[in-house]
Amino acid sequence: MQEISSRRYVVQRIGFGVLVLAALLVVLPILLVVGAIILKGIGAINWEFLTTMPRDGMKAGGIFPAIVGTLLLTLGAALAAIPFGVGGAIYLSEYARDTWLTRAIRLAIVNLAGIPSVVYGLFGLGLFVLFLRFGTSILAGSLTLAIMTLPIIISTSEEALRAVPMEFRTVSASLGGTRWQGIRNIVLPQALPGIITGVILGLLRAGGETAPILFTVAAFFLPRLPQSPFDQTMALPYHLYVISTQVPGMPLQVQYGTALALLALVLSLNVVATVIRSYFRRRRQW
Amino acid sequence: MLTEIANPKIRIEHVSYAYDGEEVLRDVTLDVPANAVTAFFGPAGGGKTTLLRLINRLNDLVEGTHLTGQILLDGQDVYATGTNIARLRRRVGMVFALPLPLPGTVRENVLYGPRLAGERDRSRQEEIVVRSLRQAALWDEVKDRLDGPASALSGGQQQRLCIARSLALEPEVLLLDEPTSGLDPISTAKVEESLLELKQHYTIIIVPHSVQQAARVADHAAFFLMGALIEYQPGKRIFTTPHDKRTEDYVTGRFG
Amino acid sequence: MSKTTPTCWTEFAVEALVRVAGFSAIGFVLLIFLFLLREGVPAFFEIAPGNLFGTRWYPTFDLFGTLPLILGSALITVTAIVIALPLGVATAVFVREVAPGWAREILKPMIEVLAGIPSVVLGFFGMTLIAPLVRQVFGAPTGLTAFTGALILAYMALPTLISVAEDALDAVPRSYRDAALAMGATSWQTIWRVVAPAARSGIVTAVMLGMGRAIGETMAVMMVTGNAARMPVSLDSLFRPVRTMTATIAAEMGEVAAGSTHYHALFGIGIILFVLTFVINLTAASALFQKRRRGGLR
Repeated sequence: MQEISSRRYVVQRIGFGVLVLAALLVVLPILLVVGAIILKGIGAINWEFLTTMPRDGMKAGGIFPAIVGTLLLTLGAALAAIPFGVGGAIYLSEYARDTWLTRAIRLAIVNLAGIPSVVYGLFGLGLFVLFLRFGTSILAGSLTLAIMTLPIIISTSEEALRAVPMEFRTVSASLGGTRWQGIRNIVLPQALPGIITGVILGLLRAGGETAPILFTVAAFFLPRLPQSPFDQTMALPYHLYVISTQVPGMPLQVQYGTALALLALVLSLNVVATVIRSYFRRRRQW
Repeated sequence: MLTEIANPKIRIEHVSYAYDGEEVLRDVTLDVPANAVTAFFGPAGGGKTTLLRLINRLNDLVEGTHLTGQILLDGQDVYATGTNIARLRRRVGMVFALPLPLPGTVRENVLYGPRLAGERDRSRQEEIVVRSLRQAALWDEVKDRLDGPASALSGGQQQRLCIARSLALEPEVLLLDEPTSGLDPISTAKVEESLLELKQHYTIIIVPHSVQQAARVADHAAFFLMGALIEYQPGKRIFTTPHDKRTEDYVTGRFG
Repeated sequence: MSKTTPTCWTEFAVEALVRVAGFSAIGFVLLIFLFLLREGVPAFFEIAPGNLFGTRWYPTFDLFGTLPLILGSALITVTAIVIALPLGVATAVFVREVAPGWAREILKPMIEVLAGIPSVVLGFFGMTLIAPLVRQVFGAPTGLTAFTGALILAYMALPTLISVAEDALDAVPRSYRDAALAMGATSWQTIWRVVAPAARSGIVTAVMLGMGRAIGETMAVMMVTGNAARMPVSLDSLFRPVRTMTATIAAEMGEVAAGSTHYHALFGIGIILFVLTFVINLTAASALFQKRRRGGLR
């Protein structure tokens, strides 16, 4: 008996050891990626790098137009995606009954979330660039990214809306509030932090994507700022792709610097989202 | 057995109600007099709460239900097409079993209804806050923290705030669904006390949380069992000389 | 007191607006499929079936054999899942069942960081640091191999896999655990014999979603797999360059003329990708929805 039970605990120890090993195998490479890019890229980062035009076939100068381009694309995507995303979430959480049509919407959202980014690129090329004749432009790229972001915004916003207790809606109704008055005065303000988190998560995905903008907006080398929504622009992720695969003799430090700039942009948004979420979760009264 | 009186505030006629095909109210008919406290009591699952929520149409929010019969408020069918539901709910206020302050301050809670109803005038709003909180016997305790969060009040205070919030709309009818179920005895006494004041101006229907409470506050009482109205008597006679064996068993504590 | 008509009108307008927003999701899926069909279907007429499903993809010579691309995608997707599945499930079990609080506090945000790293950054990292490593360790002629791609992909699929697997473990009733422990099982036996099997269907869902993510991944794969459109049928294919469907579209679409056969062929590949991910996600989603209905909000 003694022996059996001690063997069981040896097995347990080995089992737990394997689990810890797996967790380490997941975490260490993440640290490695982030650490390596920070260490090797930090040397390239300075004010000039972030705020000037690229020179000398992109081998020197800065990445300013790429940063501006990515911000513009992300902003454009947000403007287009937020009304549809938050509206759709309100519909699903507050209005939709459980019918086959509602289920069809949910399936559509799951599928939108699963469509490969490069297929979004094809779609953007077919619809916005060619069919609607927006050309390769910020407008076409933003709209493509917006549709790609939509499922993230809808699902996170719906989750935030559903987390608001049903009783608030009932109370509002019992005080003579209509459905929309209850939503506007109680439900939306309470769900807002969650919605903002969702929007940011969607946007950081949009800002980091390359494939959807490959054929809809991205310029290989364009050392000036865009003047209108119908202009092309450089963008950080595409710029990183270009300088690391398409330009021979590119100084490694510039590549790492660009990677770091992109990573920092995306991860800082990530941190902002996390902070908002945990701050309001602690503060809310239900 | 009393079911019909002259000039009732609310007349409930042959109301049957089902959720997903399951009947929770069966052919209920009774009249509720004005300016009195009427208690709907009985064991859990008797359909009392459902009946309350039918009177101000709160159950409209629930899907898959079926209603037959009529509910008349001052002789008007509240389920008639073209009824303004928001206005109906302003006339028929409701207080729930658990205190449910809305997010925000004490003042915002009281003014939630009036603001939705279009009350913009500052001084009128101020009057409403003072009057409602006084009527709910809460004014003295919160007059210095009107702009503090409602959630910081004690449970008993929160529940009286909920009553004040309903009173702010100057309703004609006040529906109270076990308003003291989560409260300590002192808070309960305060709420019951305020009911005695309120019935001068309002028609009150209460689902009490115990037979004792029903006996304490009710001017009239109706006993519900498994979706059916068993007995309805004016005054407190139902507690002393019930006609029906089932009522007697319940009020003497043999079941429930 | 209040005017009733504006309120009614607002209610009506708002409901109509949010309804449109909700249904737009369906609209967009249809629109995407429609445009893929519009631009891609001609490929199936312009290219003979023998050519289309042939083994050679050389668009310059009008050879549009998609087989090497499909197999390339399949090879690295399957390899990625083989790597990610044990890692992901073990990590999920660790996080949910074993890890002390502080370890969880570190692990969860780390995994979120991983989910947030842009694909092109991972691709860049793979190119500059992993590829040389693969070349040295496995003695391959180049580090840009199917294996390198699969490795990167595995890590990209991990966040999805871990979070869905965690949900699955979460759904196993507490009473199962208590019962097993009460009968004298060790914690490990409880996890291994009771909890993990009970969570199996959820873990299958996790694998499906991870696969969907892996098949559609573009930039990282394109940057680290070498992009040679060869048939990955020999034993050493894993350590040779390979080319996926996604990488082909991304690499070639920029250079083709709109309306050419090559252009249609790339949209044709897009159709294949769309249908594949659609089926995978539909299957995974139906499992997820069943769970949601049981939970039942309202």
